[in-house]
Amino acid sequence: MSILVNKDSRIVVQGLTGKEGMFHAQQMMAYGTKVVAGVTPGKGGSEVMGVPVFDTVADAVRETGADVSLVFVPAAFAADAACEASAAGVKLVVVISEHIPVMDMIRAKAFLNARGTLMVGPNCPGVITPGECKVGIMPAYIHRPGKVGIVSRSGTLTYEVVHQISQAGLGQSTCIGIGGDPIIGLNFVQLLELFRGDPGTEAVCLIGEIGGDAEEKAAAMVAAGYPKPVFGFVAGLTAPPGKRMGHAGAIISGSKGRAQDKLQAMEAAGITVVRALGEFGATVAAKLK
Amino acid sequence: MNVHEYQAKEMLARFGVPVPKGGLATTPQEAVGVARELGGPVFVVKAQVHAGGRGKAGGVKVCKSIDEVQAAAQAILGIRLVSHQTGPEGKLVHKVWVEAGTDIARELYAAVVLDRGAERLAVMVSPDGGMDIEEVAAKTPERIFSTRIDPGQPLWDFQCRQLLFACGLDAAQVRQGTGLLQALVNLATTKDASQVEINPLAVTGEGKLVALDAKINFDDSGLRRNPDVAALKDPTETDALELAATSLGLNYIRLDGNVGTMVNGAGLAMATMDVIKMAGAQPANFLDVGGGASEEMITKGFEIILDDPKVEAILINIFGGILRCDVLAAGVVGAAKKMDLKVPLVVRLEGTNVAEGKRILDQSGLNFSVAGSMSEAAAKVAKVLEGAA
Repeated sequence: MSILVNKDSRIVVQGLTGKEGMFHAQQMMAYGTKVVAGVTPGKGGSEVMGVPVFDTVADAVRETGADVSLVFVPAAFAADAACEASAAGVKLVVVISEHIPVMDMIRAKAFLNARGTLMVGPNCPGVITPGECKVGIMPAYIHRPGKVGIVSRSGTLTYEVVHQISQAGLGQSTCIGIGGDPIIGLNFVQLLELFRGDPGTEAVCLIGEIGGDAEEKAAAMVAAGYPKPVFGFVAGLTAPPGKRMGHAGAIISGSKGRAQDKLQAMEAAGITVVRALGEFGATVAAKLK
Repeated sequence: MNVHEYQAKEMLARFGVPVPKGGLATTPQEAVGVARELGGPVFVVKAQVHAGGRGKAGGVKVCKSIDEVQAAAQAILGIRLVSHQTGPEGKLVHKVWVEAGTDIARELYAAVVLDRGAERLAVMVSPDGGMDIEEVAAKTPERIFSTRIDPGQPLWDFQCRQLLFACGLDAAQVRQGTGLLQALVNLATTKDASQVEINPLAVTGEGKLVALDAKINFDDSGLRRNPDVAALKDPTETDALELAATSLGLNYIRLDGNVGTMVNGAGLAMATMDVIKMAGAQPANFLDVGGGASEEMITKGFEIILDDPKVEAILINIFGGILRCDVLAAGVVGAAKKMDLKVPLVVRLEGTNVAEGKRILDQSGLNFSVAGSMSEAAAKVAKVLEGAA
């Protein structure tokens, strides 16, 4: 079992004909993912790697039954692409593109919410259910099918944690990189809720970072009663206040968003907090075995 | 991206927000020229640096004559202004803004800011302007009034009326304030500003609203479609090495320690800094080479790390996804050879093409140690530093 995507998911790649889109679609197909369509306005009717390309997502959905969209288009067009996928009726939109203006995301998120479309990202590695379906840019070989759910705000940090958990002899049910931008789709709380109802997930790992209050909200939810063990890590304990560390969300303003506060909230909620990232996999394995 | 007060005020004026008349000066003579044009009788000379708390730090002076303007400009220009936001090293003042003094009856606060939780813009006002708004929020939260703007909707007049009547303004001032708040929202949405703050927003003796100070923070992701905003960037406000890194598409922030770091991904870079600190050493920088770094970018990034004279050891931590380990390795070898690397280097590689990356490093003849995990990498760095001390 898993959440969001599985072996039956049918993926449409928006921006399939670009260099990045093509490379990663190829990797996804090599992993066994059903990439059923691509969308590039003006290139409808063509084919890339045996995948039919359409002018609009609506065409792609109608012709191929695609139910998940992966957005690879440049930042200036990404919010529009996410809305197009939502309007065409896909259930889940995964947005990899980074540097999307916040004003665009405010509008796009409202558009998607009004239509009940789920979004992962933007500025994220995507979603993978190991052994079944990879919708994103993560290196496939570090994953193993298993029972640990992983949610992370940071791309390469997700890989690090996944790798450690696989090395420790465990595997993952579904891994989601939720992205580090100020406005994102699915958040820690919503994904904890999805993992709560997934019989294939026995434990959940939350990989956070400084900025915002996503970790505090997740901690409050776990404190109110969560049926599975939760593990937590927060990057940026040593980040100097006010310095911007790559993600728009990773800004410490005043007393809010600090790593210390997040770790304390997690610990108080009964989340097993790992302070040294190198020990994450071993900590999870020790608790679950 | 932050801008100076004078740039923020020029932008506000373009959107119809009243600001005091003024002009920019880089010398006391220029300040005198601006003051003569303004006429007086009262002037304010304000240091233009990217930091709050300028008043308390001595960077703002009220003057009652042209001579006083000259003396104030003389005193402020060229000093290092140290406020609670600049750090102990302070900020060098290159420019002052000279403006006409305002007859202030009351001071309010007004801001448009992104509310991440609500996923929309928030408009916030307070009758207690002229002081630190965080202090107001902490001590008298009931003195702050706010509203949210539904995505795709305007800031409606009624929302402004609610906020402004709550601040105790009269009907005429509420009418003026409604246009002013709507102008702030218009600026934020059309220019991709993530924060527009006016503090204080003065009510003059005549009952008019005027923005006496302004801070605008722009969304970096919106700069491409707002070239007029991008042009406001002041390179003297940014560390020279940070500037060099930005021009290469690298995300570099200089810190105080002695361990240079190169990592891919912001989260992993922060986590790497954390493990270095836990191992007893101090990171010298944050350097995220990103997902799509080329061999040349890696080489340049390496050079930037070594340009910092405080660096005594380097830790490279790469988890290859889009960035392949072989590309990273070739870049490091190229830079190390070119620069005659003298400090110890610890490398931890994992991910796409890791075997090829390790082979390139092994055959390079470089003196470095390989770590199998993050903890091991940090421990090795701490150890070589101890050995050197």
